Amino acid sequence: MFGLTTHLQNKRRKERRVSFLLGCLTLCLVLPIAFIVGVLLFKGLPAICWEFLAADPIRGMTAGGIFPAIIGTIYLVLLSLLFCVPIGVIAAVYLSEYAADNWFTRAINLAIVNLAGVPSIVHALFGLGAFVLFLKFGTSLLAASATLAVMNLPVVITATRESLEAVPRQFREACWNLGATRWQAIRYVVLPNSLPGILTGVIFAVSRAAGETAPILFTGAVFYKAELPQSILDQCMALSMHLFTLSTQVVGVPEAFPYGTALVLVGIVFAVNTLSIALRFYFRTHRKW
Amino acid sequence: MSENLAIFTENLNLWYGSFQALKNINLSIHQGNITALIGPSGCGKSTFLRCLNRINERISSVRVSGAIRLFGHDIYGQEVTLEELRKDVGMVFQRPNPLPLSIYENVMFGYTTHYARRSYTQTELDVLVESSLKKVHLWEKLKDNLHDSALGLQLEAQQKLCIARLLPLKPKLILLDEPCSALDPTGTSSIEELLLELKGEYSIVIVTHNMAQARRVSYESIFMLMGEIIEQGSTAEMFLTPQNEKTAQYIEGRFG
Ligand SMILES: Nc1ncnc2c1ncn2[C@@H]1O[C@H](COP(=O)(O)OP(=O)(O)OP(=O)(O)O)[C@@H](O)[C@H]1O
Ligand SMILES: [Mg+2]
Repeated sequence: MFGLTTHLQNKRRKERRVSFLLGCLTLCLVLPIAFIVGVLLFKGLPAICWEFLAADPIRGMTAGGIFPAIIGTIYLVLLSLLFCVPIGVIAAVYLSEYAADNWFTRAINLAIVNLAGVPSIVHALFGLGAFVLFLKFGTSLLAASATLAVMNLPVVITATRESLEAVPRQFREACWNLGATRWQAIRYVVLPNSLPGILTGVIFAVSRAAGETAPILFTGAVFYKAELPQSILDQCMALSMHLFTLSTQVVGVPEAFPYGTALVLVGIVFAVNTLSIALRFYFRTHRKW
Repeated sequence: MSENLAIFTENLNLWYGSFQALKNINLSIHQGNITALIGPSGCGKSTFLRCLNRINERISSVRVSGAIRLFGHDIYGQEVTLEELRKDVGMVFQRPNPLPLSIYENVMFGYTTHYARRSYTQTELDVLVESSLKKVHLWEKLKDNLHDSALGLQLEAQQKLCIARLLPLKPKLILLDEPCSALDPTGTSSIEELLLELKGEYSIVIVTHNMAQARRVSYESIFMLMGEIIEQGSTAEMFLTPQNEKTAQYIEGRFG
């Protein structure tokens, strides 16, 4: 009674085998990432020094640093967030809290899903047509970050909607039953509880805005421009673009330079992600249901 | 004539799509009493309560006809706003539903959403929170933890908090939809005591499946069946000598 039967032994053996297999597969998933980071560190770290981070590129980019590109990327990301986060969150709140379920909102939803699947080079062409030429922003920081913002809108909208819908309906009803308006329920109960999800969307937006090259290629990023942008109508350098230039367009670049640039780019994205994850963790541990 | 009635309805009908959930409800309920609404599952008790603060209207398939007057006022009148109506008609649910906010914020939520920030001071809020929690006997227990999350409370305390948060709004009518069915017997009897204390100051309607509870707390009872009112009368009489055959069967527990 209660002893170990052969059948049970077999089951246990199988259990161990399955968990080993799943563990191996997970490892396979992590390996490429570890490999990439390893190569970047190994080849790029020698390039990283104060001068590389804080100086302008000189001698046809074969020496000096990447300072203008770092600043350019930071400007691009911040400015694009400034456009897409408020618009995305407002659109999401409208769509999931106010809009009636009719053909019009369904069409909008479909458009958002499709917009998320549009390749970034198409966004680039759109940005060129709409912002650079039609709105006459010229190739500028403004046009480039507006293009990035359009590219990231579906990400922010979708993430926000999902997190709004994760807030149980009973909380809204409790608010309404106390005579709160829709907006008051959203403002005091729904939005505070969906912040972690919205942050997830923003993390994604940051990574994409920092990493994508195509959307800024025609709209505002340049190969070389030592002085920092003075206004949002200036052009700027950007890390992703600079990496592309160093790897393919210039001869005589020290091997460590592109890897160093990639390392900085990955480092910035990593730092932002870590910050957002920390914030999400903070919100989650302070969440009240 | 309907002036001193808390609730007066005339030919009230309600449909969910094509399904008629309330049929020709004609009711008069006096002020300052506790009225029990009883009937088998699905007979429309919750639906009826949800008509009284017009929360049903958020469901798009709902259609209502007939008249409802609360304290002599037509709740479908031109000048009625939903915010003010719900301020006067408080509702408590089967599952306690405190908001994911602190205890203090829960008690003040209705008040702060109704009145402009300039019209009250922090001290006034503190006083209101204290008096509201005292009325539901939570003050002694919670006064040192007012800023903890309300969701960490036990069910009984949560339910009392849900009653307490109505009080700063000075509602005239309090509707309770099976307020004790998630609670244990101790919790149940302490909520019942609370209701008996609150009666008089407020008119109260309580939906319950617990016949003993209806007898303990209510002055009048209403028996509903399949969306219709079968019988209304003083609780003592209805439970002793029900007029209708169906009422008798239900009270004796033969169905439902
Ligand atoms: N949102 C809805 N859409 C369609 N039908 C509904 C809806 N809500 C309730 N009903 C139906 O209306 C009828 C009355 O429901 P209601 O919830 O008012 O009953 P109840 O008397 O409160 O029952 P219980 O004692 O189980 O709470 C039921 O037949 C139910 O199926
Ligand atoms: Mg019910």
